[in-house]
Amino acid sequence: MLDAHLGKQRGRFTLDVAFQARSGSTTVLVGESGAGKTTALRLLAGLERLDLGFARLEGQPYADAATGWHLPAWQRDIGYVAQDYALFPHLTVFQNVAFGLRAAGVQRSHIRKQVEESLERLGIAPLVDRPSTQLSGGQRQRVALARALVLSPRLLLLDEPLSSLDLQTRRAVRGELQGLLSRLPCVTLYVTHSPVEALVFGDQIVVLEGGRVAQAGSRDELLRRPRSPFVAELIGTNLFIGRPVSRGPVVAPTIRTPEGEFVIDETAAPGGMFLTVSPREITLYSQLPETSAQNLFLGTVRELIPEPPAGDRVRVVLDARPPLVVEVTRDAVAALGLRQGMRIHAAFKATGVQVYG
Amino acid sequence: MAGLLAGLLLVLLGLPIVSLVLRISPGLLIDRLSEPLVLEALRLSLVTSLAATAVVVGLGLPVAYLLAMREFPGKRVLEALIDLPMVLPPTVAGVALLTAFGRNGLAGHALSAVGITLPFTTLGVVVAQAFVAAPFFIGAARAGFTEVDRKYLDAAATLRASPVRAFLMVLGPLAAPAILAGAATGWARALGEFGATITFAGNMPGVTQTMPLAVYLALQSDLDAAIALSVLLLLFSLTILLTIRVGPSRLGALIARARRPPR
Repeated sequence: MLDAHLGKQRGRFTLDVAFQARSGSTTVLVGESGAGKTTALRLLAGLERLDLGFARLEGQPYADAATGWHLPAWQRDIGYVAQDYALFPHLTVFQNVAFGLRAAGVQRSHIRKQVEESLERLGIAPLVDRPSTQLSGGQRQRVALARALVLSPRLLLLDEPLSSLDLQTRRAVRGELQGLLSRLPCVTLYVTHSPVEALVFGDQIVVLEGGRVAQAGSRDELLRRPRSPFVAELIGTNLFIGRPVSRGPVVAPTIRTPEGEFVIDETAAPGGMFLTVSPREITLYSQLPETSAQNLFLGTVRELIPEPPAGDRVRVVLDARPPLVVEVTRDAVAALGLRQGMRIHAAFKATGVQVYG
Repeated sequence: MAGLLAGLLLVLLGLPIVSLVLRISPGLLIDRLSEPLVLEALRLSLVTSLAATAVVVGLGLPVAYLLAMREFPGKRVLEALIDLPMVLPPTVAGVALLTAFGRNGLAGHALSAVGITLPFTTLGVVVAQAFVAAPFFIGAARAGFTEVDRKYLDAAATLRASPVRAFLMVLGPLAAPAILAGAATGWARALGEFGATITFAGNMPGVTQTMPLAVYLALQSDLDAAIALSVLLLLFSLTILLTIRVGPSRLGALIARARRPPR
């Protein structure tokens, strides 16, 4: 298990995140660029010093800002795959993968066997004598992984491992990598800016925003109960944060948020702070509708985004109070004559609002 | 306009070289070069300049490494000090060396106490050459270290390589072309050294009379001998320069090939 509290001051940027990660599982650090993901990895690798906090792997202290303890990177039991892989350009594939074993003082006769096994596992055995400068993106990624994994590290750090690949390669490699990582016994930390990768790879997901943890939890927890605007956008739902308002027994329960008031179902948990409204629960009307839906808003269409793969469904971004994202069918877009700048009514039922603390 | 000026410069730089080579026939060149005095100067020049290059590389490599990789107080001062011999008139360098290592110099007594005499000895020639050649080597080697992307050192560190091993396996090999080019430039500078040598070590045939000094001496009595020596020095310099300009990429490839794993 990895137990970390990572603090680093760099100019005006402050990183201050704490999390734990289990062995045999993948923890994804996800966030936009500048959220501090790479810095967190470099601190764990020992390539930079902590200003605050600590890092412990299986109880072994790697760094502790309080005592000034810092185990140098080369003495840590880690594997680190940098964003652009950083294969040694003056060495062949074999020499790259053998590098760590040689540095660790493994016997020559053992090195050959271990390197070959590692290349075999990643399906790149035929590349063994290639200069590392003559490889495709996907091949370089595999060599970098083989080079890190051949040391059987207890902590594997992956920095945007797919972002240097073109779209087609990325899809192919993503599946393989998922299979590979799920079989590893070590703690795996996976850094990405991609929500899709976060959901594909993350047994546990830690969302970073501006150097802090916006939310951390299992994949399901994040999907069902987003707690920050970034997470909501990541999974594509409407999130509001507010307080319940009591208006006596006759009126339906209401929650007030800075963006507006929502009528919620009576059975929803009282005292809830977070509300989500699925984009599919919202209906659009060009005229003020005769509807039983208790939440009714008027807004302007800002954007129409066809959903992959075929664009049969369209996401409609509404400028309204509150701002809403609605998902409708392509037929509905045509029937309503939806276009940018159009005024439109949006309605959803009280039961369409998920409330949780 | 620019073309005209460039042409003028070409004449200024090229004409002396061409006329130097045209001035002497190959037969006469070989004839003059086989004279004992010339051979003596040639031998001395090779021995001293190679020794000076070895000293500069041995002591300069750690300095270049520190300047490229570390920040420390007084770094700017050290940089200026190292670059100084490049702009200092060589005769001034010779005088400075005398005041430091001469019989009555600052360190003269300490040196003679351990039985070392520098002024007017072959060892003195090596010191003078090393003094003027050092900045050329250190500058090139430092640039070589600086140009190695830090990501490779990070990768080495995360692959269990201690700083020493990272230097031997990554930083050194990647900077090798620049280090070799720097050594070659330093060697050329040492080979051509005149002012500091004649001031600090004098002009004694067989002891301190290197090729450039022999050229100067021959000029007083035997113009043909001076020209023959000059042509030889020119060929040396040209060969070194061409090796540096064309060489590093090929050298790098050669090193990479030489480092293939035992199969």
